[in-house]
Amino acid sequence: MSVTEQIQQTITDNEVVLFMKGTPDFPQCGFSGKAVHMLRQCGCHDFASVNVLEDPDVRQGIKDFSNWPTVPQLYIKGEFIGGCDIMVEMFEKGELQELLK
Amino acid sequence: MVTPENIKTWIEEGLANSEVQAQGDGQHFSAIVICPEFAGKNTLARHRMVYDALGDRMQTQIHALSLQTLTPDEV
Repeated sequence: MSVTEQIQQTITDNEVVLFMKGTPDFPQCGFSGKAVHMLRQCGCHDFASVNVLEDPDVRQGIKDFSNWPTVPQLYIKGEFIGGCDIMVEMFEKGELQELLK
Repeated sequence: MVTPENIKTWIEEGLANSEVQAQGDGQHFSAIVICPEFAGKNTLARHRMVYDALGDRMQTQIHALSLQTLTPDEV
């Protein structure tokens, strides 16, 4: 399976997917940690997470797939939502909570 | 080393009509980008416009860039 197919499968099989550096309990980057925090603040605890630091192909692959240059990246129902800044902004407006219901 | 002035110049060159205030330490940057062309676009679309203006540099030279994107009316 190519990286693209892997990524596509992950976002299809899981309603909420966070591509991040590290794991939810041990984030390796402040922005990734913040993204996890935002999800938990919305009451979402059972999201899928992919640690891009484990696989350089995925780390580059997700940037190509989303056409977005940075990680973390949030997908909800197969759709790219954004990175940490966007999650924070949507959280403040109540939009993130809506999407995660 | 990349400076906030670089970030400002690069975005303003790549995104017509924009005005940028940038800060950062060479690794992590933040920028406020004001551009009338953001009107009617959601945050994701606006951020994509800024990333497009920066092109390859996001992959090669800039580690992290926090963005606030506003139209002149929203400032």
